[in-house]
Amino acid sequence: MKANPAGVLTGAHFLDGDQACCEGALAAGANFAAGYPITPSTEVVERFAARIPTVGGLFIQMEDELASSIAILGAAWAGKKVFTVTSGPGFSLMMEHIGLAAMTETPCVFVDVQRGGPSTGLPTLPGQADMMQARWGSHGDYETIALCPNSPQECFDLMIDAFNLAEQYRLPVLFMMDECVGHMTEKVVIPPADGIEIFPRRFTSLPPSEYKPFKPGTDGVPEMVKAGDGYRFHITGLTHDEQGYPAMNWREQEKLVRRLVEKVRKNTDQIVRYEERDIEDAEVVVVAYGITSRVALRAIQMARAEGIRVGLLRPIVVWPFPEKHIRELSEKVKAFVVVEMNYGQMVYEVERCAAGKARTELVDHGGGTVHEPEDVLKAIREVAR
Amino acid sequence: MPEPPVSLARSRKHRGVVYINWDRCKGCGFCVEFCPPKVLALADSYNAHGYHPPHLTNEQGCTGCDLCGLYCPDFAIYGVRVPVEISEAEVKAHEG
Amino acid sequence: MSTLPMVEPAINPVEPFLRTDRMPHIWCPGCGIGTTVNCFARALVESKLNLDKVAIVSGIGCTGRVAGYMRLDSFHTTHGRAIPFATGLKLANPELSVVVYSGDGDLIAIGGNHFIHAARRNVDLKVICINNFTYGMTGGQVAPTTPIGATATTTPYGCFERPFNLPYLAESSGAVYVARWTSFHVRHITRSMVEAFNKKGFSFIEIITPCPTLYLRRNKLGDSLDTMRYYKQKSVIKNGANTKEVEIALGGEIICGKFVDIERPTLGQSMSMQLSKSLGARYAAPGGR
Repeated sequence: MKANPAGVLTGAHFLDGDQACCEGALAAGANFAAGYPITPSTEVVERFAARIPTVGGLFIQMEDELASSIAILGAAWAGKKVFTVTSGPGFSLMMEHIGLAAMTETPCVFVDVQRGGPSTGLPTLPGQADMMQARWGSHGDYETIALCPNSPQECFDLMIDAFNLAEQYRLPVLFMMDECVGHMTEKVVIPPADGIEIFPRRFTSLPPSEYKPFKPGTDGVPEMVKAGDGYRFHITGLTHDEQGYPAMNWREQEKLVRRLVEKVRKNTDQIVRYEERDIEDAEVVVVAYGITSRVALRAIQMARAEGIRVGLLRPIVVWPFPEKHIRELSEKVKAFVVVEMNYGQMVYEVERCAAGKARTELVDHGGGTVHEPEDVLKAIREVAR
Repeated sequence: MPEPPVSLARSRKHRGVVYINWDRCKGCGFCVEFCPPKVLALADSYNAHGYHPPHLTNEQGCTGCDLCGLYCPDFAIYGVRVPVEISEAEVKAHEG
Repeated sequence: MSTLPMVEPAINPVEPFLRTDRMPHIWCPGCGIGTTVNCFARALVESKLNLDKVAIVSGIGCTGRVAGYMRLDSFHTTHGRAIPFATGLKLANPELSVVVYSGDGDLIAIGGNHFIHAARRNVDLKVICINNFTYGMTGGQVAPTTPIGATATTTPYGCFERPFNLPYLAESSGAVYVARWTSFHVRHITRSMVEAFNKKGFSFIEIITPCPTLYLRRNKLGDSLDTMRYYKQKSVIKNGANTKEVEIALGGEIICGKFVDIERPTLGQSMSMQLSKSLGARYAAPGGR
């Protein structure tokens, strides 16, 4: 279905990533957000707080991230389209409820505008060191989907995709920005509402006597419901059966949790997204995401000018990881150069998928600023030799 | 909908009836303690879990106040008031 | 001779509210939680609420299991976070009557921050706090309500921390309805619940209940029946009492009653009043769906 025009700020704007992220949520139809201030993400909810009362919806600043991350789940079960926004320290606090959202299959979006870490770290400066936390942060087995924009325009566009994925797969979707993308100002074009495709929440049409909140359809995803419609359903974070009743034994665990992970794993091909540049003849592939991909592009330009056949693979959906594509590339290329603003996180995925068929080099960075293109160029030269 | 189980206490002047779910009872004794006319006691026999559920000792005394039902933590007992019709002869005897 | 009337088979008043397919429940013999659930069911009937619009949210713990047994839209959330979940639910659909039914540890320890903020904001929630002075589910640890001197597994030599006085905490945080009863006071509990259901704003009912397996046993306080007798004997009803003065000491007097019943705008009301005032015609109210 098409987007509701009420939330769509059609036109060409000059916005930073945080602001564009907020507009993306509004365009997607988000009508409830709860948040807590944390640099460098606060502007997202500040803008939402200012915009939503004239669009139609609600924002509330909760007393902490624990409250924010579960208030949105309560609102989701009352039928709202929800998201929350935070950075590293808040992301850590929200982990329990990302797990709850995964376990109860609650559609929602969690935005993490990454900053330097660990701990309080560098509140006003970029980092990309929450990437593995996005995959494994909450306890137990579950899969989420994580997207990584590299421009304010993508902050807008991909937020809509994030909400659509959340509704399609009934799970929490993580939006992994970084402080650089969040605070850089660029042109953002917002199309008219009828140019924006929205995946509607799949509310059940079954009567209450037949509906089961956790009975999957053919794609492994159950239909949704909301409180107040007479379904008298039960939602719990305990391992549960299709009815939603606690069923704490290994058989139900296997049945439920396997389905939760397979929801993503079996649909990986449809979910995975990446951008490629100059890959066709590449001997070396630079793998980079978020703001780092833009530095990598500069380095690739410089390397090409020196005659090195190098291209860029930019995962846009970082989780699930584009395993199949890395495996394919590893048959053809000499090496991967993974550039990330951390001391090594996604590089392990690349290395794992390359399985020794291609060399994997890491160009790391503690965060606080972006890489120097020369450092990436050096690594490209090194592996191309 | 569950069946009303076991003993229906009936007698001439009773005003109440208790229903006891024999298998749910865990023998806590609240109903016995707080029954205002004191007409409940734990039975000698016991249920499958080994607990002694209550029974009415004086069928005529139950008023159907349902305090037993309010107290029971296991939803194993409840009382119901029963309207009792009084005959003309009884009314006359009362007024006379 | 009186004619004996035909007695129609009657249903336990609590039964329509139970997920009978999940009975029997997990609570111990003599546990006070079930007693309060009877009161809850009768209060729901008496208040004539549309049951399709009643949602119940629980946290983790023995009392946290209440949501799972109730045939309502029910949510068993994470430890301490029932109140913020309920806040999201209520803000998103103000037509819902949202009840939070949880234990003292869940609501006041890990949930303490959320409790005071929800009371401060006057979120329209009916919070039923079953206070058994312990963490029952996990084996009887000390709780922020455990009286000084009481034994718990994590204070094996006696609790040395001053406990919270819950009605005082609730009142000073801003609750508009504050009552305390023990599970002996079944009719009062029911009445308080009816009043809370009909009231707009953060309504708090503390119900002191026995935990026979852990708290009573470890403190050699007898069994549940002994404790119910103690409640009957040692409780004093003082409606309108000063909540500062209703602290509970081990074996001491328990002051019960309705302490606070005031009016002030709820979070939802103040939010829309403020936004309407500031935005005038531009304000687009959230809308139920």
